Amino acid sequence: MIELRDITLAFGSRVLIADATATFRRGELVALLGRNGTGKSTLLRAISALGAVQRGDILVNGSPIGSMSPRELARSIAFVNTERVDVEALTAYDLVAIGRAPYTDWMGRLGAEDRDIVERSLRLAGVESLACRTVDTLSDGECQRVMIARALAQQTDAILLDEPTSFLDLPNRYELCTLLRDLAHRENKCVLFSTHELDIALSLADSIALVDTPRLVHLPTAEMITSGHIERLFDSDHVKFDAATRAITLRR
Amino acid sequence: MNQPSNIARSLLFVALTAGAVALAIADLLIGTTSVSIGQVWSVLCGATEDASLETIVLRMRLPKVLVALFAGMALSASGLQMQTLFRNPLAGPYVLGVNSGASLGVALFTLATPMMGLASASWLHSFGVTGVAWIGSAAILLLVMSLSRRVRNINTILIIGMMLSSAISALVGILQYMGTEESLKAFVVWTMGSVSTVTIDELWVLIPVVVVGLVLAIVVIKPLNMLLLGESYARTMGLNVARSRAIIFISTTLLAGTVTAFCGPIGFIGLAMPHLARITFRTADHRVLMPAAMLWGAVSMLFCTVACDVVARQGVMLPVNTITSLLGIPVIIYVVLRNSHRQ
Repeated sequence: MIELRDITLAFGSRVLIADATATFRRGELVALLGRNGTGKSTLLRAISALGAVQRGDILVNGSPIGSMSPRELARSIAFVNTERVDVEALTAYDLVAIGRAPYTDWMGRLGAEDRDIVERSLRLAGVESLACRTVDTLSDGECQRVMIARALAQQTDAILLDEPTSFLDLPNRYELCTLLRDLAHRENKCVLFSTHELDIALSLADSIALVDTPRLVHLPTAEMITSGHIERLFDSDHVKFDAATRAITLRR
Repeated sequence: MNQPSNIARSLLFVALTAGAVALAIADLLIGTTSVSIGQVWSVLCGATEDASLETIVLRMRLPKVLVALFAGMALSASGLQMQTLFRNPLAGPYVLGVNSGASLGVALFTLATPMMGLASASWLHSFGVTGVAWIGSAAILLLVMSLSRRVRNINTILIIGMMLSSAISALVGILQYMGTEESLKAFVVWTMGSVSTVTIDELWVLIPVVVVGLVLAIVVIKPLNMLLLGESYARTMGLNVARSRAIIFISTTLLAGTVTAFCGPIGFIGLAMPHLARITFRTADHRVLMPAAMLWGAVSMLFCTVACDVVARQGVMLPVNTITSLLGIPVIIYVVLRNSHRQ
């Protein structure tokens, strides 16, 4: 579904990821891990055509994203970032309905089918009860789910999320990632999310893409745990990763 | 919940339209000479022999009503576009420097040309205050647009616009300091704003240009809805952000630039009326908000001219700018207070 072919990404003149090759399939929840500033967001932005690729190709369903029209791309990939949308008088329903933009006419009028899809998206994300609330009254967790409903309304094969759990408390982090896994498995979508939650990623994701500067390593979760990459990457003077317990522990 | 029904919205639209019509009629009737509704009707039907009555209604009052109507719609529609584009409730039609560009043009025209001995040059005078104001605002907008082509972050553009405005008002200050008393007065009169100085010939320019700006404002309704979520989201939903931004900028120059050129800077209509539309219609959807903001703009501007007319009967000629400020500022304070309660 999403194919990276020898891509090189840079931030300014600094190369973040070099010659990365990976394939992310439908029906799969992929966690993107890496230390701060290693290019997780840059990679997600590149795949959703928000950022430039230094070298190499990104293919979505076989076609390079550079050759796709904005509308085509918007029908293939949906994107959710960390930005809190705080608009006065905007209802959750209207926000999700904006996700129909790649399908509606020049005025953005919703047909009966569009309304069905908006309602189904709200239901899938578990926020149908919030439909009439304005988004500025929602909690961070509720808001994040509404943004996911909007991505669902875009009816794409892939959904990319940049640190969707960052403002949530611990139970909500697990709830949200469980939702992402269900969407990947039941709706047969390719869901790729970046996160710093190692334990959540290892317990819920089907595969892990790890930015090990400047390489990108993509392995099924079980293999990634035993591969030794995580130990090396998350090792510091004070903490270490223990593959047996899948947890980060303090050195004593 | 809280969402007003479609019936409530339709009623609100009907009420606002009726209000605009009533105020327009009042504007035709009220003035230093009283005119009855029957007299207005006979003039409009061409059934009167009274030449002075015809002059008052057709040549003086009707242009004023039309100017107020289009100026109100234009300022409010451009203010709404700026607020959504910059995602800032305090953005108005003048944030890009349209206003200061116009004032620079007028300042150069009224203050600097006499200094340079160009005042009698006839080619300059054919532009008139309106022409130079329009050229000034278009020039500043072109400058902001060309600078913004390399700028990703929309708030950077906001800062560039504000800094340009400040730089220009400093320049205008220098010109004012150096200008003669007579030319200074001409400049100050322009800054006070007026809807009654526009002639019928000028209407033939003002109305078509504003209509094009309003049509562009309607064209960008869907892009504006997408931009509510920010530029990244808009882009990933298939929006060509650069093109939409350009259309919004052009629409704003045509609307705010033209109105400012003809009527002088009219404050607070463009800033406050989109908020009134949001508060009364309780929606962020531009398919409702855009026509609602236009209607509120028309109603408020007509109201301000009627207020001027009423005061004028007592022999006091107030600049319309003072009334629009007194009307708009409470709305802004209310919105700001409400936002601070929300957080």
